[in-house]
Amino acid sequence: MSTGSASNPLVSDADEHIHEGHDHKPKGFLARWVYTTNHKDIGSLYLLFSFAMFLTGGAMAMVIRAELFQPGLQLLEPNFFNQMTTVHGLIMVFGAVMPAFVGLANWMIPVMIGAPDMALPRMNNWSFWILPFAFSLMLMTLFMEGGGPNFGWTFYAPLSTKYSPDSTALFVFAVHLMGISSIMGAINVIVTIVNLRAPGMTMMKLPLFVWTWLITAFLLIAVMPVLAGVVTMVLTDKYFGTSFFDAAGGGDPVMFQHIFWFFGHPEVYIMILPSFGIISAIVPTFSRKPLFGYASMVYATASIAGLSFLVWAHHMFTTGMPVAAELFFMYCTMLISIPTGVKVFNWVATMWRGSLTFEVPMLFAIAFIVLFTIGGFSGLMLAITPVDFQYHDTYFVVAHFHYVLVSGAIFSIMAASYYWLPKWTGYMYDEGLAKWHFWCSLISVNVLFFPMHFLGLAGMPRRIPDYALQFANVNAVVSLGGFAFGLSQLIFLVVVIKCMRGKGERAAAKPWEGAEGLEWEMPSPAPYHTHTTPPEIK
Amino acid sequence: MSSTSSEQHSTEKTEAYYVPSQSIWPIVGAVGLFLMAFGAARWIGGGGDQYSWVLFLGSVVIIFMLFGWFGNVITESMSGMYSAQMDRSFRQGMSWFIFSEIMFFLAFFGALFYARTIAVPWLGGAGNNAMTHEVLWPQFQAHWPLVTTPGGITTTAMPWQGLPLANTIILLISSVTLHFAHINLERGLRTQVKLGLGLTVLLGCIFLFLQAEEYIHAYQEMGLTLSSGLYGNTFFLLTGFHGLHVTLGTIILFVLFCRVLKGHFTPAQHFGFQAGSWYWHFVDVVWLCLFVFVYIL
Ligand code: HEM
Ligand SMILES: [Cu+2]
Repeated sequence: MSTGSASNPLVSDADEHIHEGHDHKPKGFLARWVYTTNHKDIGSLYLLFSFAMFLTGGAMAMVIRAELFQPGLQLLEPNFFNQMTTVHGLIMVFGAVMPAFVGLANWMIPVMIGAPDMALPRMNNWSFWILPFAFSLMLMTLFMEGGGPNFGWTFYAPLSTKYSPDSTALFVFAVHLMGISSIMGAINVIVTIVNLRAPGMTMMKLPLFVWTWLITAFLLIAVMPVLAGVVTMVLTDKYFGTSFFDAAGGGDPVMFQHIFWFFGHPEVYIMILPSFGIISAIVPTFSRKPLFGYASMVYATASIAGLSFLVWAHHMFTTGMPVAAELFFMYCTMLISIPTGVKVFNWVATMWRGSLTFEVPMLFAIAFIVLFTIGGFSGLMLAITPVDFQYHDTYFVVAHFHYVLVSGAIFSIMAASYYWLPKWTGYMYDEGLAKWHFWCSLISVNVLFFPMHFLGLAGMPRRIPDYALQFANVNAVVSLGGFAFGLSQLIFLVVVIKCMRGKGERAAAKPWEGAEGLEWEMPSPAPYHTHTTPPEIK
Repeated sequence: MSSTSSEQHSTEKTEAYYVPSQSIWPIVGAVGLFLMAFGAARWIGGGGDQYSWVLFLGSVVIIFMLFGWFGNVITESMSGMYSAQMDRSFRQGMSWFIFSEIMFFLAFFGALFYARTIAVPWLGGAGNNAMTHEVLWPQFQAHWPLVTTPGGITTTAMPWQGLPLANTIILLISSVTLHFAHINLERGLRTQVKLGLGLTVLLGCIFLFLQAEEYIHAYQEMGLTLSSGLYGNTFFLLTGFHGLHVTLGTIILFVLFCRVLKGHFTPAQHFGFQAGSWYWHFVDVVWLCLFVFVYIL
């Protein structure tokens, strides 16, 4: 492989010469991107799609924060406000975070385990291409008469059944499509990891990103069908006269919540386990030390995944359960903090006495560790049943899950992007701009979400377009933080575009001195086809 | 890092893994799914009957895609492009797909169990819900099958004797005939394979016919409909989704039958057959659970 972006899935420069014999990159847009079976191209598609969704969902968040900048109704109808919160949540969860992880999995897993591609390349393409269609269905609803989904991303019955807009059927089928896509994606990941490892790549040699994804994929296959089941019940309750969630027919709206959260809690781990893998790759690199406690990381991930099936009703402490059940779910939830604590401990122990440097991936990783831990602590507070009676459905919950999702999942995705962009594009990102991106994001994310804890403790309810006067000042600050965070992400957009267009320094095969793993043993950008014959792992 | 588990099959592969070149089928499939979802959603959501045509169009596209895609796979497989490792990928993929199907049914079984052991008894005042009962529907008596809902809809429960029992026996026999076909495929006795497979398809069709009879009977004579309260809901959704799976399974087996007639599959290589038969056995097991929990208990 010579240098150049000829083999580079992300760079589309025409000025590069294409001659490498083994580098059969299809010509033409359709052949290259639509009919593709190449895991790197599909990974890039996922990542770009996810970023587009992140900006779309982000724009909705800006709308929400603009309305909440002042008390009273300024800009939006309450119904439209509800649509914004709902679609914002759905897009961020299913459109931004999950596809980003699948994109990273596509790009990195085959490369990391020494496989030529994903195990089922055509299905891989199908998984991706379902997503743009699914999200067009979802976004289409916003322009329909009666509006889009307005019942919260959790679509609790009867809000989603009795009181929902006509477009609900579109929402339901959009969720079905996303589910199909995720399940196929997850099957591909598991099969790839189990069956396509290079000779000598034993399970306990797998990079942790691969391990965490293996477990995530299992969670996906286990719970996405349950989500499909529950949206189907919503569909039949609304349109076909069933009464799963209607007590008059013998059903129970609380049953909705049980089924939803049986999916929903594992889902939040789906959105964080791959992050754990990313952080476990980055921290050792920039500490120039092997990861502390590899095996315990694997077991911790597995126990988190196992426990995640036993804690769902911590979202339902206030909705009616026998006391024994409340206690059971409380204790199980608190148990999860043990394996999570193991992880945080291991990351810190990895840094301990390492020779640390603070390139942007590392900055994001460290911010992740600190801020995710804050989110974990607020989660523990919420796990305490009597305390949750107070906090439930307030901004405290909003603060909690944004700490774990934005400064957790999203920060880890940013860290991963900076870490692997040189490998993907063959160019170093602009370190100066990236530092700006990091510091602006770090400061604004805390201005945005930290005060929400206090709003929640003081009793401000979530999902309401208006609020009592005493919350005005804090909300104004929060909104300013929000706008700042939103703008900061545009810096990231610039950085990525610069890399993709080949502006910047050429990246070496291993741009990070302390990095380990098969992905660094190939040139940057990674050739279009890698590991066509499996490498020998010692 | 120690190397403890799973060294077995990561050491044996040397053959190159076959990575198919570009394919139009995935995007055709995505468009098909989009049309189906859009058509169904607008049709159900009151957009008008013309949307049923979009749904129909989507289904045609999907069928077209299935023909094309499986066609490619079969050609590739017949021309020996699939290594043993590739075969394992297919097997594992199929197993995980079946696992996801199990989880889908679990959601509905979960709803059934929750309703029977929690929701309905609570409406009748069980636990600490005396006031729920008193305030909402004091005349409501908790019982299962829920033939009278709190809101006052009445219906009748489907007895397990008769058609359901017959269907159980039919599916059990079909599992045996399919297994018979499978064993003989591995022995290379093709006439027996055709016989076993043909019988299985036939039994599948009979099952579906009887199931339709049962539904007609339920709707016309028993007053048991999709909207007659939670009993009807769980009954029809569970048996309905199962019926859809039997339909799909029968079609799969029929395709396999045609392929056997064309001389496909060898005693050593017959993943397609294997997958179809796994699917059918899975559908059978679901039925047994249905028979016990929906009909008998
Ligand atoms: C130490 C680990 C964690 C604990 C103990 C915990 C606990 C909780 C509890 C008890 C609630 C319910 C609060 C309420 O509604 O009253 C909650 C909500 C939530 N958590 Fe966590 N959590 C943890 C980690 C996470 C992670 C890792 C994520 C995602 C990456 C996450 C995402 C969410 C979300 C999205 C919600 C809000 C759901 C909604 O009502 O819309 N949590 N958490
Ligand atoms: Cu949870």
